[in-house]
Amino acid sequence: MNLSTPALMLIAVPALCLSACVTINIYFPAAAAEKAADRIIDEVYQLKGAEAAKPPAGQAPVTDAKPAEKK
Amino acid sequence: MKRFIVAMLLTLAAGLAQAQANLEINTPAINALKKAMGERHNQLAPFYASGAVGISRDGGVVLRDANAVPLPQRAAANSAVAAENADRTSLYKEIARANGKPEWEGEIRNTFAQRWIEKAQPGWYVQNAQGQWVRK
Repeated sequence: MNLSTPALMLIAVPALCLSACVTINIYFPAAAAEKAADRIIDEVYQLKGAEAAKPPAGQAPVTDAKPAEKK
Repeated sequence: MKRFIVAMLLTLAAGLAQAQANLEINTPAINALKKAMGERHNQLAPFYASGAVGISRDGGVVLRDANAVPLPQRAAANSAVAAENADRTSLYKEIARANGKPEWEGEIRNTFAQRWIEKAQPGWYVQNAQGQWVRK
């Protein structure tokens, strides 16, 4: 049972990586989900990147216009 | 041999890091939902500000005080809230699906629920863990 270091690595490394992969598949990636949520929410709330498209402050809110009433 | 092992390690490490770093959110379905919600936000924002609509703890929005909405706008407020909640449910489902993990939908919803509240503006009403409405 005299395994050389490279040989041991050959067994240990894939085993380690495999277990890591399994972990990722089972557990929910909370940090990644949070990041994804933040990106989407920023866009929906128009917090970032949408500044240029925003009307200047002080203008009447767009939403006061009532949708056309159906007859 | 050593070089091979190092190369293999690096490749795998890079793959793992990437798998952990991001969720796929760039699909046509998700982008369409995002766009619809962004447009609807203009309609909902005054209701958030007046407290008529609050950010619920379950990842949606609730018409919590219909009296705060002028009568002629009430139907529109109601349908905007309903449409928003439908889109949000689809969004959570789509993100889970886009990442090949439909079973993640609930956890994605929970994550979003916290972030919607976190990013709500001062003055908006948000629901705390006990279900009570608090003004941010």
